[in-house]
Formats: sequence, structure tokens, C-alpha cells
Amino acid sequence: MATVEISCVEVWREISNYLDEEISPEMRGRMEAHFKACAHCTAVLDGTRNVVELVGDGRVFQMPVGFSKRLYKKLQKLP
Amino acid sequence: MRMTQSQVRASEAELIKSVCAGEREAFYELVRPYERMIYATAISVVKNPADAEEIAQEAVLKAFSHLSSFRAESKFSTWLVQITYNEAKMRLKKTRPHLYDSIDDQQQSEEGDFWPKDYADWRPIASELLEQSEIRQAVQDAINSLSPSYREALVLRDIQHLSIKETSTILGISEPNVKTRLHRARLLLRDRLAPGIDGAWIKGQPYRKARAW
Repeated sequence: MATVEISCVEVWREISNYLDEEISPEMRGRMEAHFKACAHCTAVLDGTRNVVELVGDGRVFQMPVGFSKRLYKKLQKLP
Repeated sequence: MRMTQSQVRASEAELIKSVCAGEREAFYELVRPYERMIYATAISVVKNPADAEEIAQEAVLKAFSHLSSFRAESKFSTWLVQITYNEAKMRLKKTRPHLYDSIDDQQQSEEGDFWPKDYADWRPIASELLEQSEIRQAVQDAINSLSPSYREALVLRDIQHLSIKETSTILGISEPNVKTRLHRARLLLRDRLAPGIDGAWIKGQPYRKARAW
């Protein structure tokens, strides 16, 4: 079956769902065919993936120094 | 050795039993793995570290006093995040109602398509980059610059790694709505971070442009 071409706008609409594997195999095929031919959409995809990796790293929101200690103290004060 | 999901659940169930039987120390053990999660949830709503810490403490105390109402059908971590999120929202509504109904939020319609501002090609980001505090700060600032509804969806899903379903339960919105907000949040972040990561943060490395114009 031939892959139906899709536009850049349609690709952007689904980029986040593509990364989360929340799209149909058919849509995935169409997007992958588009990425092969379109440097811009590939750049948007890579950048978005980078953002997801960067924020998901766990080091972005560092807890304030002494957070655990103070929390533990609060718990100890419970009646 | 890392525990599997079901092992985590079993050990949490044991700890919950102990707490309910009066062993208070067990509660700290139960909560400790999720400290960061609780803090990140709170700060995603209130943005301020000091407020976030207070909210986190309040939420943990609430979780303690309501532990007997925890139902094992949901994950303990999700339950804890839900309490924290509600606590943070309540605090925001009380102290800064003007932020609660953000104008920014109303202006950013979820209708229509998102157009990327920039097509810069990113090289893969080295994870060491986050060792630099200025880069962590830049990422935090970019997250904080998102409107609340986008920021919350992003924090729950991409920082806390909750599923779309869990995120939808906590935020009280539909799953398609979570996907839309997440999509916008990710693309907006990409637009905001691209100029910094686009070579400027990776010193001494030649940067390859992919723009066709």
C-alpha cells in the first residue's frame, strides 16, 4: 500500500503523540516517510525529543538543601 | 537491585500497614522515594521554592492523616502527587487568585495549530549539560514561563513520568486534553530553549545549521 503524503502542519500536530507512541501505525508510517524527506520537521522532532529528555532528567528541579531533613522533622512533631 | 512495580507495591502495602498500626517511622520510609516528585509537583504550580517546600510538607502531613483512606487500586505515588497538586492549587487560589485564573491561560487558545518558530537542528544533548547550574536554571525558567495549564501537564508527564491516564486523573481533564496541552508545552519549550542550546551552551563545538534559508 502506498504511503499517503502529509503536510508539515499535520506532522507538527502529531509530534508529541509520535514521541509518546500514541498514534496509529498508519500515521507513524506517514510521518516517518515525511521525516525522511523533510529536514525541518526532522529538526522539530529532534528538538522536541531533546526537550523531553532534558526535562525528564530529574535534575531540573533540585530540592532545596535540607528539604528532607526539615520534612522529617515535621513528621516527628506530629502528635 | 531495582524493585519491580509489583515489588514496590507490595513493600509499600507492608509499610502502609505498619503506619496504620502505629509505627510512625514507617511513614517516612514510605514517602522518602517520592520527595522530589512531591516537590516538583508543588513548584510546578506555585513556582516559588519556599512556597513549594511548605506545600510539600503540608501535603505529606495530609497524606499521613488520611493514609487509612488510601485505596490500593491507585499507585501510592499518584495518590501523593494528587494530594500535593490539590494542596498547591488551593494555596494558589487563596494567596494569589490573580495567578489562579491566569490571563495568559485565557489568551492561549488550545484551538488551532502550533507553528514552530525555529527549525534549528539540535545535536543530541549530552546529559552532563545539566551538571551546569546555569543550564538547569535556563530549563527551569523556560518551564516556569509556560502558562499554568501547560506547565502542570508537562511536569506530571515529562518530569514525573506519569502516564497520560494518571495525568488526566490528577488534573481532572480528559486524556485528549492532556495530549493537547503536553504537545503545546513541549513545542513551546523547544522554541524557548532552542536559541540557548543551539550551540551557545555547548562551547567549542562547531554548530551545524539545518536551515534551508
